[in-house]
Amino acid sequence: MAMTSTSPHSGRTIRMGRMTRHNLLMGLLFISPWLIGFLILTLYPIVASAYYSLTRYDAISPPEFVGLGNYVDLFTKNPLFWQAVGNTVYYAAIAIPLNICIAIGVALLLNMEVRGRSIYRTIFFLPSIVPDIAAAMLWAWILNPQFGLANAMLKALGLPTIGWLTDPDWSKPSLILINAWAFGGSVVIFLAALQDIPRQLYEAADLDGANAWVRTRYITLPMLTPVIFFNLINGIIGAFQYFTNAYVITGGQGGPAGSTTFYSLLLYRNAFSYFKMGYASAMAWILFAAVFVMTLLLFKSSGRWVYYEGGDNN
Amino acid sequence: MATVTSSTLSPSASRAGARARGVKKGLRKLPAYVLLTLLAILFTIPFAWLISTSLKDPKQIFVVPPEWIPNPFVWSNYPRSTTFIPFWRYFGNTLYVTLFNVIASVVVCSFVAYGFARIKWPGRNIVFLVLISTLMIPYPVTLIPTFLIFRDLGLVNTLNALTVPALFGSAFYIFLLRQFYLTIPQELSQAAKIDGASEFQIYWKIILPLAKPALAVVALFAFIANWNDFLGPLIFLNDKNNYTLAIGLYGFFGRSRTEWGLLMAAATLMISPVIILFFLTQRTFIEGITLTGLTG
Repeated sequence: MAMTSTSPHSGRTIRMGRMTRHNLLMGLLFISPWLIGFLILTLYPIVASAYYSLTRYDAISPPEFVGLGNYVDLFTKNPLFWQAVGNTVYYAAIAIPLNICIAIGVALLLNMEVRGRSIYRTIFFLPSIVPDIAAAMLWAWILNPQFGLANAMLKALGLPTIGWLTDPDWSKPSLILINAWAFGGSVVIFLAALQDIPRQLYEAADLDGANAWVRTRYITLPMLTPVIFFNLINGIIGAFQYFTNAYVITGGQGGPAGSTTFYSLLLYRNAFSYFKMGYASAMAWILFAAVFVMTLLLFKSSGRWVYYEGGDNN
Repeated sequence: MATVTSSTLSPSASRAGARARGVKKGLRKLPAYVLLTLLAILFTIPFAWLISTSLKDPKQIFVVPPEWIPNPFVWSNYPRSTTFIPFWRYFGNTLYVTLFNVIASVVVCSFVAYGFARIKWPGRNIVFLVLISTLMIPYPVTLIPTFLIFRDLGLVNTLNALTVPALFGSAFYIFLLRQFYLTIPQELSQAAKIDGASEFQIYWKIILPLAKPALAVVALFAFIANWNDFLGPLIFLNDKNNYTLAIGLYGFFGRSRTEWGLLMAAATLMISPVIILFFLTQRTFIEGITLTGLTG
């Protein structure tokens, strides 16, 4: 927008300036719905939530400033907080790698030019669009300890039955299993990425006498790393917000014995059952910081293991 | 066998050899087929079990070991599940919220994306970076203040609480559409500008028609996201008359945990529109998912 009258083509420069200003106005006009929404429904809430996290606030009487009291309380006096952190880390540490591994495995199989590929793809994809509430109800029934299908199948195979969602040791694996059923979206993405790998790479490897393992390890996997990276980031953000299935299946209780009280469930309970809005806001900010740090670390590490085609790894 | 006959008929031995190798290659794929089929069965079983249970009465449901084929078929679970809870009312609410948000998302996001992709203005890249980074903000951070704002505006306990946010667009859809707009040649806009078209006319007459595939993807994603949404209704709706299917079914589930036949019938009814939509739009769907994963 700076208009330099010293320019030899000053007339032109001024016109460009007017053009720039026109473009700025048009640009802002076009993005204005989002911009207004961003200010009211994102930026203000972020600032407000940071402030609430320093207060005691029941959503009715005005917030009462308590400094870092909520944070201190969470970190030092609330065992449930640490249990929720533990549950969430447990869930993320198993569910994310598991889903990525299954998705890559299935995508590799589908990429072998198998017949009926689109039918298989449809079958694997469908569960991922089933509403959470319906999936939770269905799986609560399948995993019913007495009359459920899962235990009936175990019995038929001569295996001992499992308490599934009613057993504190099995409740998290059960939820991970339910989540794994809905892995289909990532299969589609991995399959597309596999089909994008240039054939010449494999042909060149064949000439060098590389076997299937070498081809997978040194061509396929490196070419998939950007998608793995994308899935990891999404998986982490998703796992720390994991809520619906656990909430629905346990009736909001996060049981048995707190074994499915995930971070977002505990946060929701503090905010909307106990109306401890300040306390819940502090939890939200701890979550925000944790997700931010992990995403940052992943981005920092990505230079070492994520391969971007065409080059400069930055 | 096929190779034997072909080698006797084919004058060219090398072609027969190629075929033999083809069969050998097919055999090599056998483990893949076995694995895929096993997995496919495993992934289909829950659906089959859902339908099977929805057609049984309690006597058939609580049989050990369970039976797959209902005998007799109890179709009455379906009509009963729609009267046990005000199913069609919830259905109507859900449909209203979903269609409103699909239309709003397509209109608003396609408009906003134009400002990010087709007009060059100072600061655009920084603002776009802000838009992208909002995708990384966990929803609990904004949830509580948003709830309080909506409460003060009188939106809580109305369906407006679920539809108003869509009027401001969604960062993810804006991002998707922007990526698509960038692939449309700039020359088209320039030619139109020389003919005296305004930005709005270019958006409406040139970009939108060309962006139809991407708009379809946004519409599909918005449909699924809103039809399936549980957290929004859970937080913003208390009055049963305003319930959507997700939260209505949750209440049903909480009250009658042993009525598996009715519950599965209601779940099937809720799932069906999504599944039907998927089969009608499969190509767009798969392309959309691919787009999100590979441009991200």
